[in-house]
Order: sequence, then C-alpha cells, then structure tokens
Amino acid sequence: MQTAMEPIPEPRIERRTVYRHRLFTRLWHWINALAILILIPSGLMIFNAHPRLYWGHYGANFDHAWLELPRFPGWATIPSHYSLAGARHWHLFFALVLGFGLLAYLIVGLINRHIQRDLRIRTRDLAPRALWTDLKAHLALRFHDPHDPRAYNIFQKLSYAGVIFVLIPLLIASGLAISPGMWPWLADLFGGRQSARSVHFIAMAGMTLFLVVHLTLVILAGPINEVRAMITGRWRAPEEDHS
Amino acid sequence: MITRRNLLVGTGATLLVGTGATLLAGCDSFTDNPALLSAEDAHLFLQRSITGRAALARQFRPEQRSPIFRVNGTANPNTPEYNALAANRFADWRLRVDGLVTRPLSLSLAQIQSLPQRAQITRHDCVEGWSAIGKWQGPRLETVLQLAGIRDTARYIVFHCADRFGGTPYYESIDLIDAFHPQTLLAWTLNDAYLSVGHGAPLRLRVERQLGYKQAKYIMRIEAVASLAAVGAGKGGYWEDSNGYEWYAGI
Repeated sequence: MQTAMEPIPEPRIERRTVYRHRLFTRLWHWINALAILILIPSGLMIFNAHPRLYWGHYGANFDHAWLELPRFPGWATIPSHYSLAGARHWHLFFALVLGFGLLAYLIVGLINRHIQRDLRIRTRDLAPRALWTDLKAHLALRFHDPHDPRAYNIFQKLSYAGVIFVLIPLLIASGLAISPGMWPWLADLFGGRQSARSVHFIAMAGMTLFLVVHLTLVILAGPINEVRAMITGRWRAPEEDHS
Repeated sequence: MITRRNLLVGTGATLLVGTGATLLAGCDSFTDNPALLSAEDAHLFLQRSITGRAALARQFRPEQRSPIFRVNGTANPNTPEYNALAANRFADWRLRVDGLVTRPLSLSLAQIQSLPQRAQITRHDCVEGWSAIGKWQGPRLETVLQLAGIRDTARYIVFHCADRFGGTPYYESIDLIDAFHPQTLLAWTLNDAYLSVGHGAPLRLRVERQLGYKQAKYIMRIEAVASLAAVGAGKGGYWEDSNGYEWYAGI
C-alpha cells in the first residue's frame, strides 16, 4: 500500500492477468446496470406527466414549484411516445429489480466479505495528502496502484460506496415514500410526499452524473479490458508504460 | 494511456450506446408484456404485507391543507340527466346499492347525510405526481355496505359514475380490504362545503391509500360483484381498461 509521503514508484513493465470481480459482483453489476438504464428513462416519462417539483406535503399547479422543466424528449424516455401508464409498467417492474438486487448484493457482499475487503474506506485514505496524490494520479490517467492493482483507488471507493450505500437506498426510499400505500412516516422522513418526489428526482440526477463519469473512466482506463473484467472476471493489470 | 486503440474502442462504445438508445425505442413494443405487468401484484402483496391491511393513511392538521384544491379529470359531466339532477341540487338523485347484497338500497343525499359521519384531512395523490390536501366528510363505505348486507360471494365493490369519457360512463373498483378500511368514505363535502361539480357532486369515493384515478366522482351506483371480468373490459376501471393503468394504485 502506497502511503501519502512516498513518491509514486517507478512503473514496472509487467503484464499479468488477475481475477478481479467475482461472479456475484459481475451478475449484480449487469442486472443493476440494466435496471438503472430503464428506471431513468421511464422515470423521466413519469416526470413528463407533471414536470414541476415542490417541497412539502402537497404541491400542484396553483402551488409554488421550485423547479419547472420542459418535457424530456422522446429519445430520453421509455416509452418514446407519451405514455404515463406504459412508463409506470417499466418503472414499477425494474424498481423491484433494483430494490431486491441491492438487498441480495448487500447480503452476499457482507457474507463473502467483498464489501469489507474492497469497499472499506480507511481514514488515512481520506487525508488531504493522500487524496491529492490520488487526484494527480487520476489526472495522469493512472488509476491503479502498481503494487496492488486489484484494489480500488480512493475515488473509486468513495463513488461506489456513495452509489451503493447512499444513492440507491435514497432512490428506493424516496420512491417508496411517493407511494400512497406505503408507511406514512416514510414520506414524513423527507418532509412530505412532494419533498420525497423532489429528492427522488435529485438522486436520479446524481445517478446520471455517476453513470457519465463511470462510463468516461471505463473508456479512459481501456474499455475492452474493463468490460472484459466485468464479464469474465479476468482483468489485465496495467502495463505501466504511460510516460 | 489514451492510445489510438482506446480512442477507437471509445468511439465504438459511443456507437454502441447510440444503438442501445435505438433499442430502447424497441422497448415500446414490450410495454404491455405480462412479465412487466406482474409487478402490480407483487407491489400489492408487498405493500399489504409490510404496512398491514388496516394501516391508516397520513392525516393532516387544518392549516396543512392546500390553498387551492385543483379539479382533475371530468370538470363537469354535462349530460342532460346530470344537469337535471344538479339543477335541483341533487334532491332527486339516488344512490343505488345493488349486486351481491341481501337488501338493495336506494339512498337520497339526505339519508346519506344522516348516517354516522367521518371527517378526515388527507392527501390526494395524482398518478401524474402532484398532491393536494383537503378535508373530506361522509359516511364510511362500510356503513353503507352493511346496511345493504353484502353477500359472502362478493369480492369487489364497483362504482358506476355519471361522467362519461368518449361515451363510456366512468367506473372504478376496489376490493373488500379497501372497501372496509376505516378511511374509505363516500364523501359529500370538501373543506366543509358541499362537493362542487368539479370535485364530483353529489358523492365521490375516498380510498386514501390509492392514487387519484381510484377516487371515483359523481357516483350513481355501487355494485358488489364476485369478479371484475364482466365489468367494462375486465380490468376493473375506466383508466385500467382504456389506458393500461394499474388496478392497484397504491404505488
């Protein structure tokens, strides 16, 4: 493990293939990816039915909206033509996939110690010097610690943990809070149903941002190697020839 | 690390995403697939399992009400029959209660007002996403159903309404769990005033743990049935049959 005070070691010329992602991690990744790629566009279609957001318990046309947007275009929505009923079919089905998928991931991840081993964020990783060193490495497009190329870097850990433990649970909880048939305290937790709907939308925007950054970094890090690792589990450690 | 190869692959990936977007358009034809529609039953089962059948919807204080409770759906049935009833302030209106009951009823508005009343300030949640909070008053649906003596074979309560959509009278249905829920009312006031025509005069349903399209307005007849198969096109409500909305609207 490289500490903050050491200079970045000399790159070693070496190619080796490591087993990086276990089968369950890979399965969850792709099921979750599918769910999110359907939940966002179908959610945008549901939003199109009333493209105004409010804070509090109530909010309708005569009330003050903190955000009012034009309708999202057909290429960004499921279905591509206006259909609130159709969008709800997609959204409510894949909401179950997302929710139970996360539950299974958390249970299996804790049992096989994937979460404790790969996602644990240590205090020393968060020291300003460590973050600065890692940021410089990122800007130089060096994403892996040469001594431990399997390990996630701190920005990866922070973003994955943020998505898995904060963003997705927030999306699930705020989505359930919008439902009139759910526990009333859940909507109260967000300050009311319309606040929950606003939080749901903001969390969706955060998830979209993650998606864009995630895909960009996959492309920068070598998309064939990264995608192969997430399909077969086998990942070729970097050649370290980036001068 | 940005090699020509990676750039090429990146471009390829972008093209793939574009193709994916085209495939998403193919989703349109999959929208009414039975696998997708099965989620409705799953949500009904899950929600009732974790919240309990008799769990109450949130009730609010008077000052938490919406300043303006917007009208939605039909603003005025505007049929000759309805206009005649409205012109006479619904003195000639009667609520029929029939189907699988032992004592079919025909109740005037005055009779409905003389039944034990319940008032509640609740939130109306539209399927489109907006909410409005208002105070409703009326007898519990259970009170009326017990007067009529519901038979053991009844499974659903169907509401037949005076307003028409493209020639079809509006109709909705709920099961007995919601029909006997303490907050399920036949409301004749909103915010301490008689229901306006826009809000469903003279009588509308409040089934508080479901979305707005279940809150049938302009109720003319309540029918107890064993199955929804013979009601409309068989899915239990106007929007369910015509647009594919879920019959269970708790989510």
